[in-house]
Amino acid sequence: MDGFWKRFCRNKGAVLGLAIIVIVVLVALAAPLLYPQSPWRMVQRPFLPPFSVDGFWLGTDTLGRDIAAGVVHGARVSLLVGLVSTLVAVVIGVSLGALAGYYGGLIDDGLMRFTELFQTIPSFALAIVLVAILQPTVDSVVLAIALVSWPPVARLVRGEFLSLRSREFVQAAVVIGQSNGRIILTQILPNTLSPVIVMASLMVATAILLESSLSFLGLGDPNLMSWGYMIGAARTVLRQAWWMSFFPGIAILLTVLALNLVGEGLNDALNPRLARRSR
Amino acid sequence: MTPGQAPLLDIQGLTVRLPHGAERPHAVEEVSLQLFAGEILCVVGESGSGKSISANTIMGLLPRPWVEPVAGRILFEGRDLLSLSDPELRRMRGRDISMIFQEPMTALNPVMRIGDQLGEVFDAHGGLGRAERRSRVTELLRAVGLPDPETIGQSYPFRLSGGQRQRVMIAMALALSPKVLIADEPTTALDVTTQAQILALVKDLQRERGMGVMFITHDFGVVAEIADRVAVMQLGRVVEQGPADQVLNDPRHDYTRRLIAAVPSADPPPPKNEQSGPVLLRVEGLEKRYVTERGLFAAGRSVRAASAVDITLRRGETLGLVGESGSGKSTVGRCIVRLLDSDGGRILLDEIDLAALRGEALRAARKRVQMVFQDPFASLNPRRRVGRIIAEGPMAHGLPERAALDRAAELLRLVGLDPAAADRFPHEFSGGQRQRIGIARALALEPELIVADEPVSALDVSVQAQVLDLLADLRQRLNLALLFITHDLRVAAQICDRIAVMRRGEIVETGPTAEVYAAPRHDYTRSLLAAVPGRHWQVPGHLQTGSSLQGAST
Repeated sequence: MDGFWKRFCRNKGAVLGLAIIVIVVLVALAAPLLYPQSPWRMVQRPFLPPFSVDGFWLGTDTLGRDIAAGVVHGARVSLLVGLVSTLVAVVIGVSLGALAGYYGGLIDDGLMRFTELFQTIPSFALAIVLVAILQPTVDSVVLAIALVSWPPVARLVRGEFLSLRSREFVQAAVVIGQSNGRIILTQILPNTLSPVIVMASLMVATAILLESSLSFLGLGDPNLMSWGYMIGAARTVLRQAWWMSFFPGIAILLTVLALNLVGEGLNDALNPRLARRSR
Repeated sequence: MTPGQAPLLDIQGLTVRLPHGAERPHAVEEVSLQLFAGEILCVVGESGSGKSISANTIMGLLPRPWVEPVAGRILFEGRDLLSLSDPELRRMRGRDISMIFQEPMTALNPVMRIGDQLGEVFDAHGGLGRAERRSRVTELLRAVGLPDPETIGQSYPFRLSGGQRQRVMIAMALALSPKVLIADEPTTALDVTTQAQILALVKDLQRERGMGVMFITHDFGVVAEIADRVAVMQLGRVVEQGPADQVLNDPRHDYTRRLIAAVPSADPPPPKNEQSGPVLLRVEGLEKRYVTERGLFAAGRSVRAASAVDITLRRGETLGLVGESGSGKSTVGRCIVRLLDSDGGRILLDEIDLAALRGEALRAARKRVQMVFQDPFASLNPRRRVGRIIAEGPMAHGLPERAALDRAAELLRLVGLDPAAADRFPHEFSGGQRQRIGIARALALEPELIVADEPVSALDVSVQAQVLDLLADLRQRLNLALLFITHDLRVAAQICDRIAVMRRGEIVETGPTAEVYAAPRHDYTRSLLAAVPGRHWQVPGHLQTGSSLQGAST
């Protein structure tokens, strides 16, 4: 564990990314304390530029809602959707990939054709269709994002299982009479986790982007303030009121960038042999 | 070598630094070696002794700046190789000093014809005309004993066997008639009969051309076969060097003595006891075919890995299954432990046909037949503690966790490890220790039959002896039947009561070890035995201490 931290911290970008994520998480957790009122409430006159009135540092939007409150509450939605949808996608992907890679043969063929079915449909289009059919709520958004992002996980896990399956320690487990379930869970799966963790950290970033894109198109949960919605609502006044889309945009940029940096750092730390030597 | 002659290659006090955090600060320390024209100098040592690093330093192939020479000189024709610039070094490589490597399968470019690859050597050192190049290539291929050199020059590497590829590599190294040839374990990846041919070839070419050959190996049999002089390395230092005859038969240094004592003799000891135990395993007419999948346009190909294999094994007996790679010996072992499904025949363990078992019945029967694997680095799950690894078997068969872990500690003691090892991870152990852990895992289920698939071939010779002793000892104490799969006839001679020789999926000869070795009946057995390197050399009697290095821990 010590070695892991040492290697992780050698990547300065990753440490910076981790710091940003910690701040975003803290802000999201503290949102009800910072802005106890609903971010949908109109609290000042509309089109208030940033830093012009005390207490409204980031200005207000076209309806006089506080942008700072929106960004802070939006962090909750973005993180929640990002994490939960990634979790769901990883569970689906790991289960299908593990079964396909371990059993091979017809099961593998079947599951992989099923995976390709999802991979051939443009993921964003599929997500839009799913949300539109299911009604835009936070649950359906999470489900839609999860359903379009599991196939790469399944492919990755299947590949790892295929190569680990023929390793001698797995054969040894077969010979001592362990059941297939135990072999999958205790012998092979722990050895595939490093790349899955790295991939998951990057998927959280993609999921946040997907959620923002959906909200931008007006397919987000109408009861929840989110970064994508804020940008979408402000796009018509982009030239008069830059700040309305700028601040949520920066929030998305920083969070996604931070997650990517952390993902790279995790990659270096978990796969030390692949790490670039230059650092 | 004529005394008084100046050495061709003179290594003086060479020290090569390793990066921080390595096991020791220097890969090679104060190494001084001389190579004379017209001799074969064998550099022997176990893994990590620094023998390959020494060779790579001569060729300027070190991964600088991580590994770098910090002291000493390597003199070749009055020039210090360590002080040469890259272009100078490049001119010298191939023309004056060449090298052949261990792994012939990956050393050739797979998408380039053999002839063109050989021709490149000439291009790199001031080319030749097309016609002349062609004739030189053909001449070289003929010189290394390849049949039909014109055709081989036109072929791609995948058409050639491992031995043929190594011949091509040798041809490439000899293309410009170098004065010094460095061979880094060139026969380790080859079968024993191929190895014998390559060794003979190297020796012939060396004599013909009067080259100095520096031959790096870990195998004392090979040393006995070809060396004029020997240098023994241990942990980066040369501990002993001298004429082959003296080092092999009257070693001075303690380490050399221990190494040579650990070399298994190629002559089997007289049979200890009459085999009278009850028959445990009877394999009858075992068949296994590997079929490549039939494509849309291509017919599937089928290879017979085992055909009509019959084996009988008694309790308390060791049967050696020997043969070259591809002979099907591992396939048979894997069919018996049911890692592979056989295509025909019966595997009777006390009248239960293992081949016919399925599902839960098979899982229950597995505990009676266990396996020890070849590669101690791949056969232990890197993410599980040693105690768990051993306890998993009994737990899978219903023993509670606590009791299984206690049993694991007991087994660790049985295989000569500290029970405290149970809390550590596999990567904290050496190869020999890991193999002991693998054996403990196999024993945890109290099996009646153990299939050991090349259990010592990945280990250094001194560790090999200890693991073999352990296996022999456990077999006797626990009255196990042992099916010992190996390609190494020296090892087989020492541990096996009976031998079965396999070739192309068939058992061609079987009988008591001493009989088979003394009077082989089948031609193939004869050629295998003749190819054992250093057959004429006996480990000197005063060094033999039983067969063991007992007491030392791996």
